[in-house]
Amino acid sequence: MRTAFINTLNDLASHDERIWLLCADLGFSVLESFAGRFPNRYVNVGVAEQNMTGTAAGLALSGKIVFTYSIANFPVIRCLEQIRNDVCYHNLNVKIVSVGGGFGYGSAGYTHHGTEDLAIMRLLPNMTVLAPGDPVETKLLTIAAAECSGPCYLRLGKAGEPIIHTTQPDIKIGKAIVLKEGEAGTLISTGTTLGMVMKAASDLYARGVSVSVLSMPSLSPLDADAILHAAKSTGRIVTVENHGLGGLGSAVAEVLAASTLHPRFAAMYLQAKPTAVAGSQDILYASHNISVADITAKMMSLLVS
Amino acid sequence: MSADTQVAVEFSARIRAHALRMVSSAKASHIGSALSMADILSVLYTQILRVDPANPHWEERDRLVVSKGHATSILYAALAERGFFPVDWLTGYCKDNSKLLGHVSHHVPGVEVSTGSLGHGLPIACGMALAAKHDGRSSRTFVILSDGELDEGSCWEAILFAGHHRLNNLTAIVDYNKIQSFGTVKDVLDLDPLAAKWEAFRWHTVEVDGHDFAQLQNALSRTSSEPDKPTVVVAHTIKGKGVSFMEDRLEWHYRSPNQAQLAEALKELGYSS
Repeated sequence: MRTAFINTLNDLASHDERIWLLCADLGFSVLESFAGRFPNRYVNVGVAEQNMTGTAAGLALSGKIVFTYSIANFPVIRCLEQIRNDVCYHNLNVKIVSVGGGFGYGSAGYTHHGTEDLAIMRLLPNMTVLAPGDPVETKLLTIAAAECSGPCYLRLGKAGEPIIHTTQPDIKIGKAIVLKEGEAGTLISTGTTLGMVMKAASDLYARGVSVSVLSMPSLSPLDADAILHAAKSTGRIVTVENHGLGGLGSAVAEVLAASTLHPRFAAMYLQAKPTAVAGSQDILYASHNISVADITAKMMSLLVS
Repeated sequence: MSADTQVAVEFSARIRAHALRMVSSAKASHIGSALSMADILSVLYTQILRVDPANPHWEERDRLVVSKGHATSILYAALAERGFFPVDWLTGYCKDNSKLLGHVSHHVPGVEVSTGSLGHGLPIACGMALAAKHDGRSSRTFVILSDGELDEGSCWEAILFAGHHRLNNLTAIVDYNKIQSFGTVKDVLDLDPLAAKWEAFRWHTVEVDGHDFAQLQNALSRTSSEPDKPTVVVAHTIKGKGVSFMEDRLEWHYRSPNQAQLAEALKELGYSS
């Protein structure tokens, strides 16, 4: 995803002189190409995320489209008030990019686990919140982030995420992407759990259960119509995300609770429980009951109850 | 006294009187912080800033970020006196449906940046100065900071950044009135030696009496004599300056003058209430 992001940003910046990139001393083996091609529009501000975000706001007030880049919580929570007051209050073209959302930095420990970011970003005024599910979505949503007016949060995986989309999907901010159509239920994913969800859908199909899969990279604005359609047409919804309470599951629940529909519903999300032992991404997700087997079992439980 | 200075002196008196009336009428706080930077704003708006009230978004304009956003009454007064909006708007300050919020709001004509939480203005000003250099604009960027604000780490991130990036089109002004929100600077978190700190971060430093118009004009009228450095003007000021019973007193960070106090304060400034 990092590679898809930086390649796309390089293309965008070669056509649009307004595009700048600020990083807070992270981005080794990722950002060098941008720094080399556009040295006058690239600044490593040092390990100083508050100043990175404020400086980005000042540049944006001067007509620039500014991407800020760091990992996990650093460009988000460390400088949250700068995002709220400087960027969102003024509705500026600052695009915050965080790499390794969820357990992307698995064994690095709790300080490097981005598990509350989507909930926090979803609350802010004017903020578009995007969590692409694969490198194809990353490319298209990086373009959308640059083109949309105002603040944007782009939450990426780290590296090596599989390509899910075999054809180029029609991606728009605020729209879900239908990956599979079935009748028995709908799996909805945001971010890098998409691969797991697709595998779970295949396993369910092998058991004779045909489910729809929606990739929902745009959390704000949210495609409420797609959620309501899923509820109406399939009657069962399971949301899956590599994030805690307040993200996709909560957003979908808000839409359903305000509707007249009452589908069977389950939200699979990370527990608010700091990790105490090392583990890879998959091991850590499994320890929070998020795995292909858990997703399959959750949908099966909605079918029988 | 030169004609320029005379204009600035009269502008100062008018905006002080406006701020006192506004704060009293709204029963608002922060009059002490407003009065301490009146003369700085006066020199900026009458002598220094290249701005066009008829075209507030003129690209070549100088930018002023008032980072001590709680002292907003005096800024709105200065903007009204400079012609950005009608002076009679000031009577709505902090009242229902007025744009004149109790902390600096960018919805008010002439305001560049909303502030209120401390430590935000200097990083934003760095971005503005960086953009001006990149675009080859001669615009200067000014930012007014409070002394208590310098307790915020984000200020020092930006001070380090501006020195490193040689933002010589950036001027910071510290309204050093020596009293912060809940005590004196010396007692709460001493900044001394303040100028030496900025100098160590590669800034050109000037110390002035923040109520001496000639010194302020001299310090603000040109960029650094060291061409590759940003400039900081450490302006030694008096909290509540201009009203004898408010000067150097912490309680006027919070209290609002009642009718009798307002009348007395205006009388000291040569105005009737």
